[in-house]
Parts: sequence; C-alpha cells; structure tokens
Amino acid sequence: MNLTELIIKSIIILVIFGVTLVIAMYSTWAERKVAGFMQDRLGPNRAGPFGLLQPLADAGKMFFKEDFIPSQANKWLFIIGPCLAILTALMSSAVIPFGDSIRYEGLTIPVQGVEINIGILYVFGVVSLGVYGIMVGGWASNNKFSLLGAIRAASQNISYEIAMGLAIIAILMMTGSLSLRSIVAGQESFLTWNVFTQPLGFIIFLTCAFAECNRTPFDLPECETELVGGYHTEYSSMKLGFYLFAEYINMFVSSAVISTLYFGGYHYPFMNTVHNALTGSLGEVTGHNLATLIGMLVLFAKIFFFIFFFMWVRWTLPRFRYDQLMNLGWKSLIPLSILNVVVTGFGLLYDIEYASWLIVIVMVVLAVMSSARAPKRVVQPQRS
Amino acid sequence: MQLTNRSKQVSNKEMTLAEKMYLPAIAQGLAITIKHFFQKKPTIQYPEVKRYLGPIFRGHHVLKRDEEGRERCTACGLCSLACPAEAISMVAAERKKGEENLYREEKYAAVYEINMLRCIFCGLCEEACPKQAVYLRHDRFVPVFTERDQVIYGKDRLVEQLDDRYVRTGSEVRATPTEPTLSRSAT
Ligand code: SF4
Ligand code: SF4
Repeated sequence: MNLTELIIKSIIILVIFGVTLVIAMYSTWAERKVAGFMQDRLGPNRAGPFGLLQPLADAGKMFFKEDFIPSQANKWLFIIGPCLAILTALMSSAVIPFGDSIRYEGLTIPVQGVEINIGILYVFGVVSLGVYGIMVGGWASNNKFSLLGAIRAASQNISYEIAMGLAIIAILMMTGSLSLRSIVAGQESFLTWNVFTQPLGFIIFLTCAFAECNRTPFDLPECETELVGGYHTEYSSMKLGFYLFAEYINMFVSSAVISTLYFGGYHYPFMNTVHNALTGSLGEVTGHNLATLIGMLVLFAKIFFFIFFFMWVRWTLPRFRYDQLMNLGWKSLIPLSILNVVVTGFGLLYDIEYASWLIVIVMVVLAVMSSARAPKRVVQPQRS
Repeated sequence: MQLTNRSKQVSNKEMTLAEKMYLPAIAQGLAITIKHFFQKKPTIQYPEVKRYLGPIFRGHHVLKRDEEGRERCTACGLCSLACPAEAISMVAAERKKGEENLYREEKYAAVYEINMLRCIFCGLCEEACPKQAVYLRHDRFVPVFTERDQVIYGKDRLVEQLDDRYVRTGSEVRATPTEPTLSRSAT
C-alpha cells in the first residue's frame, strides 16, 4: 500500500465518518419534521430556513444542560455506558460498501472503510456489542427503572438477533460469501436483488432491525408509561445526547445494511448501460468515477428511504406489549426464518432461485382462508 | 350513551391468521399516515400570518374621541367600578375655559391608566361606560411586554389618534389584523 492509496483511503474513511454523523444529526430534524407532517403539523421551522438549524440548537442545548451523575451511581460505568453506545454505533458503518471503486493514477480503490471478507459478521458483532452500552448505562444508574429498561433491551436484542441471523443465513447461502461487497456484487441485475429472491427473509430482517434499533413498535426499553425514561432515566446533558444520537446512527447503519443486503447496494437498473455510456464519452477513468458517484447517490437514496420508513413506522404503530414482543420473536419469526432457510436450501438444490416465495404464497393463502372462515364479528349496538 | 358513530366494541375473539401476522393492519396504518403526510397543513404561521379574529374580539383598549375630536370620557369611574380585575384607575379634573375643543364634558380624566398585567380583557369596562368612551379594539392586540414598567398604559397610549380612528359597525367589519409580512414561507 503506497502513500497515495493510504491518503485516499483515509479521506474515504473520514468522509464516511462525517457523513454518518451529519446524517444522524439531521435524522433528528427529519424525525420531527416527519412526525409533524404525519400529524398534520409543520414540525420545527423556526431555527433557520425550514428549521434546518434545529439540530445545532438542540446540540447546543444539550451541551449547556447540567451534567449530572447520581451520588449512588457507579461513576465510571455511568460514563462508559453512553460512550460505548456511540462508539459501537459509529464502528459498524466501517465495512459497508458505499460505492463501487474510485480510479486514480492507475489505482482502483473501493469506496468502503475496510474491505474484510467477513463483513456481515463484523456488523453483526458490533451491533451485538451495542447492547452493552445500554446494559452498562442502565445498571450503573443504580435505579430500578433504568435496570429494568436495560434488561428489556438486552433480552429483546438477544431474542431478535437469532431471527436476524437466520434471515441473513438464507442470503449467505445464496451468495456463498460473508463479504458485503460480494453480496452486493451478487445482486447486479434488478431481478436478482435479494428482496425479490428472499421476500420473507427481508420482512424478518426488517422487523428485527426495528427491534435491534429499539425503535417503535419495539421501543420497550424506553417505555415511558412503564419505565419513566427506561435505561436513560438518570442521564442528562451530552450523555443523554450520546444515547439519543447512537439510536439515530444505528438507524442509519441499519438502513445502509438493509439496502446493501436486500436492495442491491449501489446497483440500479441499467447500471451497465450508464457505466458504458459514461466511460465511452468521458474516458475510462473519469467515466468510471462518475458512474461510481451515481451508484453512491443511488445507495444514499435507498438509505434515506429506509430512514424515512423507520420514521414512518414509528409515527404509525403503537408499542407492543412485552409478552407480544417475545411471542412474535420466539414463536413466529424464529420458526419462520428456520423454514425460510430450509426452503432456500431446497431451492438451491433444485436451482429454483425464487423458492422462498413459496412460503409467502402459502402464508397468504392460509391467512385468506382463516379470515374467510372466521365467524363474522357481531357488533352489538351500544347500550345507551 | 353513543357520542360518535365511530366507537368500536372491544371483542375478545380469537384473531385470524391474517390478524396475527399484523402485516395487513400495519399496511393499512401506514397508508393512513402517508395520506396525512401529503395533506395540506392547517397551521397558521402565527407571528407572520395573523388570522381575522372576528368583530367581537376584545383586544387593545381605546379611549374614544367624538366626531369633533373631543375626548368622550367624563371620568365617572364606572368602568373602574365594573372592572373585576381592578385594572383601571383615573384622576378627574375640571375642564378649564378654552378647552371645550379638547374635552366633551365639563369633567374629564386627567390621568387614565389601565394596568395591562391585571386586565383580563373581559370587556366589562366597555359595557359599563355611559359615554361610549372606552372600547376594546377587535383589530389590535396588546403587544407583549417584558418589563414591569411597560405594563401600565396611560392616556398617551389609550386615547384614540385622529388619524387612526377606530370604527366597529355591524358584524361585517373586517379591519383584519393580517400583516402578511411573510419573511418565512409557510412550510
Ligand atoms: S377589559 Fe375587563 S379587566 Fe380589562 S380593564 Fe376592562 S373591565 Fe377591567
Ligand atoms: S371611560 Fe366611560 S365609564 Fe370610564 S370613566 Fe370614562 S366615561 Fe366613565
């Protein structure tokens, strides 16, 4: 690795880091805007045009609040908690391939923090570490509600990680590689995007991603009605800010992972045509770099859509009850994902790529049948 | 008692598979929220856009002058008596010779003060006045004050200016307080 390559690599890493932070920052703004629009309001619009300076104002407010550490809390763990949460959140974007490659002076450098051949395992491992931030913070607060919130977070993450892992296994079986870049490369043409070959896996993965990010409808760790503020009840100032920020970074990273795993990453229909046209008219190097740029923009469009989807769901659905959450995780998602793995395996054996649709079709038929057979709901007139 | 026709009876019956999968219901919910997302927002951007509050809104007080520009108030004190918040105080004085074009009656209010921090804008002073001297404008707010020495409004701020007469006739008047100095667009 020579110097130019090193410099370009560092620039890429720094840019990814910065972009992650900026997107997380503006997600807080977007969240409030989306919430407002869905509730027929306008959302924040006072600070700057369209309220665009709102995140800065919020951050400023966070900094100037009293940084409080409860006297009975375990001081160092109390500080480590939020740091761990944000650290793990920021680490996971390192392996996501944000674009194809940049050509510069005969070098071809992939647009990615680090290319490791176990990329998806890395993401998985770091995301699982994320729960330690919550766990440590909740425990160190020395407060029943925080502890309960942290326990909830831990058990929820563990339960949903299983289903998530199984959903990924189906993809790994189809791709035959753990590297995120080769998973993306496997989805080159539109119809081989994993969302089309693995519809059930996608839905399972999406649900688990919501649970892993502690987003509504699975935001039980911070369930106000039962747990005051959940694991961050005792936190204030920038420590609380870190927790909240980590949630948004996680949201960005999950959106990126979903787009990478299921929506073809930086691929888009007719990509090769565009690539050929650009290299033809602008020359090999410039054309290639421009095509990479377009691919990156497409990936970011997908990511933004999923961030929006996260918010859309948050402002639509109410929270699950804890037993419902566990039932859904253990009794529906895990069996379904195992079934998905088995059916995908048979599909691979007999060379049917779209085998997983079978489960979807069977489920739809069953659902229609059961609702047709269900006794009509008799609505009794209310007594006055 | 039935209040709306949208109430649904809670039922404990077994859920069908479609209901257990949650997905159809979730899709329905998402459709509803996205519809609202694109709907026009009813918000009025308050300090930039002000809406018409109607002809009976009770706003800024005004001490009327008559057609010839003389102050109508005769300092009878009835408004002060009627005021439930005891916000009005005044000092009466006798009209001197040569002041007939200034004051309509022989006795007038040399000092007339309303404490806007006490006033509850009930409009009882307006009703009590036998001389139709005090009114609450329907087209103007009492501006926000931040200091205590700004809250007592004397005659300088209450007496009607001749170039800014206040009329309120009929219910059709639309002296709207809308000053659409829209520095920010309605987003
Ligand atoms: S509006 Fe009511 S409270 Fe205000 S000065 Fe008149 S009588 Fe008093
Ligand atoms: S405003 Fe009317 S009620 Fe009050 S002192 Fe003057 S004349 Fe009397």
